[in-house]
Amino acid sequence: MKALLTRDLMLAIRAGGGFGLGLAFFLIVTVLVPFGVGPQTELLSRIAPGILWIGALLACLLSLDRIFALDWEDGSLDLLATAPLPMEGIVSVKALAHWITTGLPLVFAAPVLGVLLSLPVPAYQWVVISLAVGTPALSVIGTFGAALTVGIKRGGLLMSLLVLPLYVPTLIFGAEVARRGAEGLAVQTPLLLLAGISFGVIALLPFASAAVLRINLR
Amino acid sequence: MSLWEYANPVKFIRTTDKVLPWVWALTGICLVTGLVWGFFFTPDDFRQGSTVKIIYIHVPSALMAINAWLMMLVASLIWIVRRHHVSALAARAAAPVGAVMTMIALATGAFWGQPMWGTWWAWDPRLTSFLILFLFYLGYMALWEAIENDDTAADLTSILCLVGSVFAILSRYAVNFWNQGLHQGATLSLDKEENISDVFWFPLLVCIAGFVLLFIALVFLRTQTEIRARRTRALLAREGQG
Repeated sequence: MKALLTRDLMLAIRAGGGFGLGLAFFLIVTVLVPFGVGPQTELLSRIAPGILWIGALLACLLSLDRIFALDWEDGSLDLLATAPLPMEGIVSVKALAHWITTGLPLVFAAPVLGVLLSLPVPAYQWVVISLAVGTPALSVIGTFGAALTVGIKRGGLLMSLLVLPLYVPTLIFGAEVARRGAEGLAVQTPLLLLAGISFGVIALLPFASAAVLRINLR
Repeated sequence: MSLWEYANPVKFIRTTDKVLPWVWALTGICLVTGLVWGFFFTPDDFRQGSTVKIIYIHVPSALMAINAWLMMLVASLIWIVRRHHVSALAARAAAPVGAVMTMIALATGAFWGQPMWGTWWAWDPRLTSFLILFLFYLGYMALWEAIENDDTAADLTSILCLVGSVFAILSRYAVNFWNQGLHQGATLSLDKEENISDVFWFPLLVCIAGFVLLFIALVFLRTQTEIRARRTRALLAREGQG
């Protein structure tokens, strides 16, 4: 499992694209928003937590098809499937690698981009915390979507259609934590629910992803 | 004699062929009676005026939108556990019907909301969760269409249906988080003495029965079509080889 993880991380860093592109996309989305809604500071600081969350979500979504597509094409996914490693383990490691290459950088980039959106000061910590808690869920759910569509040519659009509705609860609670943090309200309830979703999907969804992947490899 | 005999496609088609005309007839009777009764022979509501009559389409279609998904969930489970092709095809057949029911519920809700709440749409928990349900239907149907191998498609969509159900319920409670919203709480429930005034209640019941029967008829018909289409494809494939 460790070998698989280091291999995926190496590939993501050295093959280019995986590591930087998600971040660059996050930056672009955040920069585009003021162009769209105008540069008024009050407006921006009100919607900043939500924008950061949506930007992170889209950046996650864009990099999802890289999780399995390349391994599927060159056949290494078949090799992995015959390796003495449970499919659930493979799926979990893939999700972890995706989170390290996409989710984690987003968490660190969010406060920097928050400056651009004049994010209120008390919100910084909550944006970072909510993203740190929520992005693993995004990666795991996304892995399920990627596993579903791995056999389909040009399945990227279909995958977005399948994955985005599944992201709804995570987004609601995550953005709620950030918003309440920005307004100085109590964040405990949505934060706990967000953590609940994260742990729940980490615990259960790999089984579904593995089942789906087995069907696709049949 | 058990329920599983109907998992045999021949038996299924033979039985539904016999049953279908009756279901269609009953559907017609219920819908016509319920709608005519509701539209023309019930009084206007004291505050809502004649807009209250949207209830005869809105409530039954909303009910069926949820029940169609439940039926797909059960059919998917049967497919995963017992691998009866009829059940997978029934789930596939139910999806577009459910999606249309969801759309009808959303549209009639908008027509009702405009004069009553002064807005076509609000990000109210119930409205939002129905919109999300609609997205789930779209994804489910798109996945069926995208995969060429029938069995793979059935397997993948049934797992999507299971996972989707969990997330649909999660979303339902997540959107509750915002606020109560404009939509009223549950009006119809089984354990109350009187839900709404009997004048509205009886035609509504007939309409609900009509929509349930319509759903059953459409699902039977579409499942038959799917079975026959698959049989034709198998025959054509055999011709091609021989």
